[in-house]
Amino acid sequence: MATVELKSIRKTYTSEEIIKGVDLSIESKEFVVFVGPSGCGKSTLLRMIAGLEDISSGDLLIDGRRVNDLAPAERGLAMVFQSYALYPHMNVYQNMEFGLKLAKTPEAERREKIMAVARTLQLENYLKHKPGQLSGGQRQRVAIGRAIVRNPKVFLFDEPLSNLDASLRGQMRVELATLHRRLGATTIYVTHDQIEAMTMADKIVVLQKGIVEQVGSPLELYDCPRNLFVAKFIGSPPMNFLPGTVIAASEEQARVRLASGQEIVVVAGGAQGLIGAAVTLGVRPEHVRLGHAVENRGSGQVELVEYLGSAAHLHVRMQDGALLVIQTEGGVRVHADDAVTFSFPAERCHLFNSEGVALHRRSSGRMAA
Amino acid sequence: MSAVTTASQHHRKAAIGAGASGALMLAPAVFVLLVWSVVPLVLTLWYSFQNYNLVDPTLHGFAGVNNYWYLLSDPDFLQSLLNTAILVIGVLVISVGGGTLLAVLYDQEFVGRGVARVLVISPFFVMPTVSALLWKNLMLHPIYGVYSWMMRAVGLTPIDWLQRFPMLTVMMIVAWEWLPFAVLILLTAVQSLDAEQKEAALLDGAGPVARFFHIVLPHLSRAIAVVIMIETIYLLTIFAEIMVTTAGGPGVASTNLAYLIYSRALLQFDVGGASAGGVIAIVIANIAAAFLVRAVARHLEV
Amino acid sequence: MAGQRARGKSLVIAAVGWVVAIWIFFPIFWMFLTSFKGEAGAIATPPRLFFVPTLESYHEVFQRANYWRVTFNTLGVSIGATVVALLFSIPAAYAMAFLPGKRTRGTLLWMLSTRMLPPVGVLVPIYLIARNTHLLDTVTGLALVDMFTNMPITVWMLYTFFREIPVPILEAGRMDGANRWQEITRVLLPLATPGIASTALLSMILCWNEAFWSLNLTSSNAAPLAAFIASFSSPEGLFFGKLSAASTLAVAPILAFGWISQKQLVRGLTFGAVK
Repeated sequence: MATVELKSIRKTYTSEEIIKGVDLSIESKEFVVFVGPSGCGKSTLLRMIAGLEDISSGDLLIDGRRVNDLAPAERGLAMVFQSYALYPHMNVYQNMEFGLKLAKTPEAERREKIMAVARTLQLENYLKHKPGQLSGGQRQRVAIGRAIVRNPKVFLFDEPLSNLDASLRGQMRVELATLHRRLGATTIYVTHDQIEAMTMADKIVVLQKGIVEQVGSPLELYDCPRNLFVAKFIGSPPMNFLPGTVIAASEEQARVRLASGQEIVVVAGGAQGLIGAAVTLGVRPEHVRLGHAVENRGSGQVELVEYLGSAAHLHVRMQDGALLVIQTEGGVRVHADDAVTFSFPAERCHLFNSEGVALHRRSSGRMAA
Repeated sequence: MSAVTTASQHHRKAAIGAGASGALMLAPAVFVLLVWSVVPLVLTLWYSFQNYNLVDPTLHGFAGVNNYWYLLSDPDFLQSLLNTAILVIGVLVISVGGGTLLAVLYDQEFVGRGVARVLVISPFFVMPTVSALLWKNLMLHPIYGVYSWMMRAVGLTPIDWLQRFPMLTVMMIVAWEWLPFAVLILLTAVQSLDAEQKEAALLDGAGPVARFFHIVLPHLSRAIAVVIMIETIYLLTIFAEIMVTTAGGPGVASTNLAYLIYSRALLQFDVGGASAGGVIAIVIANIAAAFLVRAVARHLEV
Repeated sequence: MAGQRARGKSLVIAAVGWVVAIWIFFPIFWMFLTSFKGEAGAIATPPRLFFVPTLESYHEVFQRANYWRVTFNTLGVSIGATVVALLFSIPAAYAMAFLPGKRTRGTLLWMLSTRMLPPVGVLVPIYLIARNTHLLDTVTGLALVDMFTNMPITVWMLYTFFREIPVPILEAGRMDGANRWQEITRVLLPLATPGIASTALLSMILCWNEAFWSLNLTSSNAAPLAAFIASFSSPEGLFFGKLSAASTLAVAPILAFGWISQKQLVRGLTFGAVK
């Protein structure tokens, strides 16, 4: 299909810089997700790729060709909007036909393409309906159909699932992923929902304030977040953060004293220079182990238990007053006000320096559990 | 929510090539309006300093401030200013005051409310010359008018309204045209009042009067400002009603500024004098509108 | 008790509401009635509420040599001024709604301010210009003036309607390969049809009822209905029946339009400040 390359892309409105130099290369057939909180610039970046926004500086290349100055349709892209942006005055068939008509595709060919797409998306019975007569999920499918029918080199999705209810969102997620596998088209997908990012992406791009914080596969981001921001953003429930001080360090490990006085050993390299410095210890709720342990122990009192069925979240007040969330299996017999002890597995802990940058960890892949 | 709006505002500003093609599409309308608003203005100003009479070609040349001097020292002019003020202020009071009350009245649920509303706003859609003749002949004619018949029916002597109280009568006719406008606007505004807000006030124990002054009236303030602004513009230039009913008379008893300028220009052919009157009308309109436009402009969603 | 009191209250409200409505509407109703009475019946004392209707007055109005001409003049002025105003206003409103710049707000307010110019202030130069360009007493001349005076309103009204159209739909059009022209004609205009229709309607109503310029810029040749009706004002022309019939004909279409489109008219008349 097509590669997309961004070379120090910048966007300035009046005096404000929204996108502060983004470099990124997207492989053919890759499913890339831009994720970040609202206002991080992810939608703007997508719209710059689409050609709906000017690129203030930098180069945008599609298949190696600079397309900065091309109109959207000339770039060979199709986009699915958050609000679907279907043409309300046209029926489903006409919605899909509009782009083909503008491209002067012959009538017979148009019909053939639209019918094929309608079959794929199970829209055959709705071709005569106006968008106003369709449900949210059907409208979503029409929007996707309108994009597919033009056979674009790259698909752009701007938060396409955010207007759907939770159950439909899950279903559409699967449909989109399946569709991508079948079409094999390069896809750029914007969302603020890290679950969508984790489940669908080949590659996630985490953005904040117009800057790329980290690029990597979902598991890379989960296992080795490069900084506090990414660590906070990826994973649900979010990672616990505890302030502490480095009291000893080797090449591979660091010993951190928490505010409560407990000492925790963390697998993290390059902490030798940080002895005495303030750091942040991060540990995901699903990695905290309940029960007695020899090392890396902690204790506290349960304030609240959220039973989710398959899992339970314990909100534990530690002795120093910090709040810790622990995820356990659903059948755990712990109640509010119970005292619990737990431990932090050294190889599962993350360490961030005072600037919020993660300390290097030995292996970057998935670690054995 | 606010993040979404700022994003979409950014998007609005950001379309490719916005500056050039936007200006190109705006240009014709702006050009036309610019010509329309500037050329006549400059000409009026120019004529107002000239000796210029359409039927007396010997009279020409620079007049200095003479046209203004004659106009300002003319008792007819002062009478016309007074009449203009009576007309504008009288109709504003009737239409805004009455309009507010009627808006609240027709906001209530009652049998046939929809039809009653339509009847009330109808006079606004009647052209001024028809309104004026309707009242002058069918309603107020001293012999055949319905009102005269009603007065006779209760034993009174019919009054020739347009002769006895010309300005007052013209004012009532104009108010009949503009009260419906105020009702139309204010009723729409009342209906946009949040029902929950009214219910909350009800739960807080506010009576009808308290609700009117503390909930309804503040909510209407913007619409009232709009009504005052728009009516002022039109009322300053009331012309057809006067021409058709009294022709400014008897004497100049019902001559307003607009009618005075008309009679100077098109009946006496005194272009210079009429233009001086025009300049004064523009100045008055601008003074009147300046603070109103500003008040309204703050409310306009741009 | 409470129920009774509530019912009593709503009865009072209904009564007041109806009395006021009938009182305000009465002159129009009476005009309509009088138009079917014939000249003799029209001035009968006491005035008659019940009578044998006759079309005599309408026949006489139709037979007046200039009635049809006047009606065509009115239509010509209203339609001409409206169409041309829309041709100028649509691109301008599009530019301001979808491609706003730093000066958009200023431009809009300036357009509004041109409405503040009292027509009488510029009567003299407009009259003289019209005379010198031979546009005096022509449909074209009156239509031009009506177009100029209404353009701020049509631009504003279209602007407020365009602002309600979701930008992504236009962007979807752009992604589908529509150029600016196609974006406007194939996406925006079909979507904005209701708004454009009510803008056109308001412009028509304003032109149809416009009296100041009609009376001052036309005489026998291009007089529209507003000026034609004024010719009934001469004291010797006390023909109530004909006056009523002509007035009914002049007012009826606009009343109907006005009733249908009240809501949109409010927006247009208030520059979108009241919806």
